[in-house]
Amino acid sequence: METFDPAELPELLKLYYRRLFPYAQYYRWLNYGGVTKNYFQHREFSFTLKDDIYIRYQSFNNQSDLEKEMQKMNPYKIDIGAVYSHRPNQHNTVKLGAFQAQEKELVFDIDMTDYDDVRRCCSSADICSKCWTLMTMAIRIIDRALKEDFGFKHRLWVYSGRRGVHCWVCDESVRKLSSAVRSGIVEYLSLVKGGQDVKKKVHLSEKIHPFVRKSINIIKKYFEDYALVDQDILENKESWDKILALVPETIHEKLQQNFQKHHNSLQRWEYLKKTISSQDNTKNDKCGPWLEWEIMLQYCFPRLDINVSKGINHLLKSPFSVHPKTEK
Amino acid sequence: MQFSGGNRRRLRLGGDQRNACYPHSLQFYLEPPSENISLIEFESLAIDRVKLLKTVENLGVSHVKGTEQYQSKLEAEIRRLKFSFRVKNEYERRRRDHISHFILRLAYCQSEDLRRWFIQQEMDLLRFRFSILPKDKIQSFLKDSHLHFEAISYEERSLREHEIIASSTSSSASKSELELESVYKIPFADALDLFRGRKVYLEDGFAYVPLKDIVAIVLNEFRAKLSKALALTARSLPAVQSDERLQPLLNHLSHSYTGQDYSTQGNAGKISLDQIDSLSTKSFPPCMRQLHKALRENHHLRHGGRMQYGLFLKGIGLTLEQALQFWKQEFIRGKMDPDKFDKGYSYNIRHSFGKEGKRTDYTPFSCMKIILTNPPGQGDYHGCPFRHSDPELLKQKLQSYKISPDGISQILDLVKGTHYQVACQKYFEMTHNVDDCGFSLSHPNQFFFESQRILTGSKDIRKESIQPEAPQPKPSVQKNKDASSALASLNSSLEVDMEGLEDYFNE
Repeated sequence: METFDPAELPELLKLYYRRLFPYAQYYRWLNYGGVTKNYFQHREFSFTLKDDIYIRYQSFNNQSDLEKEMQKMNPYKIDIGAVYSHRPNQHNTVKLGAFQAQEKELVFDIDMTDYDDVRRCCSSADICSKCWTLMTMAIRIIDRALKEDFGFKHRLWVYSGRRGVHCWVCDESVRKLSSAVRSGIVEYLSLVKGGQDVKKKVHLSEKIHPFVRKSINIIKKYFEDYALVDQDILENKESWDKILALVPETIHEKLQQNFQKHHNSLQRWEYLKKTISSQDNTKNDKCGPWLEWEIMLQYCFPRLDINVSKGINHLLKSPFSVHPKTEK
Repeated sequence: MQFSGGNRRRLRLGGDQRNACYPHSLQFYLEPPSENISLIEFESLAIDRVKLLKTVENLGVSHVKGTEQYQSKLEAEIRRLKFSFRVKNEYERRRRDHISHFILRLAYCQSEDLRRWFIQQEMDLLRFRFSILPKDKIQSFLKDSHLHFEAISYEERSLREHEIIASSTSSSASKSELELESVYKIPFADALDLFRGRKVYLEDGFAYVPLKDIVAIVLNEFRAKLSKALALTARSLPAVQSDERLQPLLNHLSHSYTGQDYSTQGNAGKISLDQIDSLSTKSFPPCMRQLHKALRENHHLRHGGRMQYGLFLKGIGLTLEQALQFWKQEFIRGKMDPDKFDKGYSYNIRHSFGKEGKRTDYTPFSCMKIILTNPPGQGDYHGCPFRHSDPELLKQKLQSYKISPDGISQILDLVKGTHYQVACQKYFEMTHNVDDCGFSLSHPNQFFFESQRILTGSKDIRKESIQPEAPQPKPSVQKNKDASSALASLNSSLEVDMEGLEDYFNE
């Protein structure tokens, strides 16, 4: 990746906002056909300017207003907020309690750092082609669910600029959803649970919900190449110990011994699967086909940040906003 | 609703009219009652229902909802408080239920916390009552209600049979069971409690709900309606509160639920920063001890941790200046630029002390709040260790805190039974070398104060007594014919009853 000089940013941004930023399409999107009166005018934008100056409650009358202000301020980052009951830039004049966030797109934020415990190639803000597959799988799984299970039609996926992706769901009915329902949607889409203190983060029951089944089928398409080859999750003792922590202790010894004999992750995975589903083990009720899936899910299933999605007034970086740290 | 000072003149309804008032034992409380009642009855109904809801809350925390133990205990309590419908004269009970609910709306509509609490307990109560309703009664109740459920055709059902069974909550649902039941097609947003836990099949924005799961929908609907109603009630509250007869009762009802919230203690500044390290091992509950350790080790905490720990520190007496210094020092050790701290984090600290924005002085989180909301994810250290940690890792942690093996196994048993706060009390007992901690833990700051009490032998810190007391018998209330003396006797009996109420909650 080319390095850049942050000092050049202001000049480049100026150019960006004069020549490249797609004002017409942007306005057309957020105006939603002008059906609801003042929908665009009541939308909150926030700008982050040079030197970390952050201004909230920006709002504009029309595309031209927006264009002028952006070209004047050259914001380092633009966030989109909710559509409020009044013009955000006049919120101080509104009677206390009357200024309310009313509608907003349903948004999702998938951040690579949330996978640090299961990626071996990078950590924190770094990303590479070996771990980007996590995003691919996440997008496929979530997009399918949003479309087929929830019936959402207008979904936009964008690269967040640094280490993840965002999804914007813009259907009319979706913009009106309450915070509780948004939380519920994230819960429906969540399978990986637990923080530092929890080793095994995915627990399936005997009954597999169609959402889980379909997600597993998507992961299966990528698992070999992503996990066994690129990430090489069974490469050596250090890495396979992490997998062993997810299966019952009764089979640890057997697995340890046999892993030594195999040469690569693919072989070890095959052996693992065989051991789990073999007769003696399924009897003890802790093993079963779902154990294999639990491992796959812990390593591959999307991890969402519920706080981003549940608040109607939550501000999220706008599509077409350049990321100040990467200039992407 | 009208109130009369003296003896009430009750409308005596005939049998048929009574049934028409309350055709079912359950209801959504859509219409407020419209009769006259005496202040005395007003007060006693309110108190009884608060007792009922408090019972619902306590049982809900110490037992898993829906289990046989929970159900039978709740049933027994409901019967004891005279809210059970399984009696001959159902009309009287339904009326009691109806009126007491609406009275409590007045008391619990005033703040977000109160509303949330009220809605939660009322929902748990309705869920329980629904669960003991016979199947035919369910059908007729639903039919008569304002909800419109559309059952899908046989063809549509058989197309999705496999998916519906795979999504259903009961472990033994078989094909034949499904055949007998109707399945309803409902917009997904109306089935929140079902789809959030993946307990229902979703397709193209609709949830396919079998009859037996319909209760979740009912509850969702109930919650939505009640929430709106409370907001409306709050707006007309000033008019009600101006009635002097009602104000003291309503105020006291809502305060007795929250008890201590540890927001302002009057002991701000009594802790110095260099005491914190040792206090964290001696007097902090495990949740805060863990946060402090993580902060010291990583020189950083994520948002959830900063909130939970920061407010706790405020509660034990840290001033704003101390807090700013404390966090800044630690973050700088993590090689954070001091300017970045000032820009990014100090605003939030001042905000949580009520010095920015809408200037709410945020209260430290109670145990319930920590246990039930915002579970920790990867990289987080907040939450309740008894609730959110793997039993294995919890065991290791307790070992590192030098708890005896016997104590550890007792704690783990309590955790298994989901008695998280009792487990924490056990931790308190082990670390302070007492047989009985002497209080019912509901707040991390309470843990701290009780600990300090024992360690320093001082009693100056708390406002209200939190010790459990022997319950006093409720004195009989006298009925006077004269309006003004009725008011006077009401006020004095009110005081006595209030004491009884306090003790009830401190049990």
